[in-house]
Amino acid sequence: MTAASNDIEGYIERVLRGERRPLSRVITWVQENLPEGREAVRALFRHTGHAHTVGITGSAGSGKSTLTGTLAREERRRQRGVGIVAVDPSSPFTGGAILGDRIRMQDLTGDEGIFVRSMATRQSLGGLTAMAADVISVMDASGKDIVLVETVGAGQDEVDIARTAQTTCLVLTPGAGDDIQTMKAGIMEIADILVVNKADLAGADILMSQLKALLSYSEHGDWIIPIVRVVSTRGEGIPELADAIDHHREYLERSGKLAQRRLERSRHQIVEAVRAEVMRRYLSGEGGTQLDELARRVAERDLDPHSAAIELIEGATRAG
Amino acid sequence: MTTERKIRVLIAKPGLDGHDRGAKVVARALRDAGMEVIYTGIRQTPQMIAEAALQEDVDVVGLSILSGAHMELFPRIVDELKKRGVDDVLLFAGGIIPEEDTPMLKRLGFKAVFRPGSSTNDIIEYVRSHVGAPA
Ligand SMILES: Nc1nc2c(ncn2[C@@H]2O[C@H](COP(=O)(O)OP(=O)(O)OP(=O)(O)O)[C@@H](O)[C@H]2O)c(=O)[nH]1
Ligand SMILES: [Mg+2]
Repeated sequence: MTAASNDIEGYIERVLRGERRPLSRVITWVQENLPEGREAVRALFRHTGHAHTVGITGSAGSGKSTLTGTLAREERRRQRGVGIVAVDPSSPFTGGAILGDRIRMQDLTGDEGIFVRSMATRQSLGGLTAMAADVISVMDASGKDIVLVETVGAGQDEVDIARTAQTTCLVLTPGAGDDIQTMKAGIMEIADILVVNKADLAGADILMSQLKALLSYSEHGDWIIPIVRVVSTRGEGIPELADAIDHHREYLERSGKLAQRRLERSRHQIVEAVRAEVMRRYLSGEGGTQLDELARRVAERDLDPHSAAIELIEGATRAG
Repeated sequence: MTTERKIRVLIAKPGLDGHDRGAKVVARALRDAGMEVIYTGIRQTPQMIAEAALQEDVDVVGLSILSGAHMELFPRIVDELKKRGVDDVLLFAGGIIPEEDTPMLKRLGFKAVFRPGSSTNDIIEYVRSHVGAPA
């Protein structure tokens, strides 16, 4: 799992050549928040920026994996290398997870141009968004042209991940009218493309017109959010979705928004990295022990949380 | 807030029988033991299993089989794994597998075989104690 530093260089070279085994291992280093992972990302980062990143988000069971799978095949038809990152929640109680998105992406396995990685949200020290961003960077550096990121659009983490994508698709299904009401305020703002999946089911027309009405009220600059009707299980509407994604990318480039999003994303990534670095420095290892100690004192009202934080940081700085 | 490494397990169901209750029970038990379980569903070909193991970089591959086709499928799965350079995973098998096939499976690299009636705790224990240990 871990590797000596000359070894890391070998891995990095092979990732850049698009070899899959090293790609997979480097992603593990990143997921495990190992120093090897950070070193690899440092070296790979200047080789990134090529892949278009697409967030696929929506409620549980809306058909995101099925859609991601068929979309991946369409992208392959367009001669693009595809990376997929499928995020599922970890159990907050045991930290375990069942990652089942591959079940709906079965017929991708014969194609070496598609690489699928499942990821649990974990209670990660470094923060999920930072980790996901690094995983995407590694895929990007390995030569993927497009990286699809599936997340359940529920928690803040997932929304954040979607936000780091260049194009975000929100997947809705007939009968999800209530969802729309609750989503209106939040996630609707980050959707660049609305997808009505399971359009073979009753209620698809109603949903389409609800969405159209909703969009006609919302302010969205000069990008007109398309609503794409798809039946993922049959591949219907998927070429249109791929077109919509292409159009959005072109729009981002033409309007200068791509550069702007890159800048925003970079800022966000730095903030996340700072958070991760701070956690690593002060709260892992010895800091963790000190945290327990300080927590006890705070619980006993012997100390306030703010002073505890300063004590922890200054103590660690003195020691280091 | 631990930095302990997560154990990642692929639970796969090769062969044509369409029954995966056992595999799901194992997947859930491993999840409840804090592991990350990649579950790929029924009717997996050797290529699909090896591809999933490669892309997910799992520590463990557990195969569940009821159809009796293990003597035919398992060598092919091991082969496909090797072809992809996946040579450091822990393998185990579960399901309906006659006692007399155990030696052959051991030679293939399946260090443990769990038959109906084994407890999921045995599997958890087995995985925990063997992951990271030299093969
Ligand atoms: N009728 C119909 N069913 C679909 C369609 N797309 C997906 N489904 C079904 O919806 C169910 C859920 O599909 P998934 O792709 O697993 O959905 P998901 O959003 O990835 O689910 P989670 O990852 O568990 O949140 C499956 O039974 C699919 O077969 C569709 O276009 N029409
Ligand atoms: Mg899914």
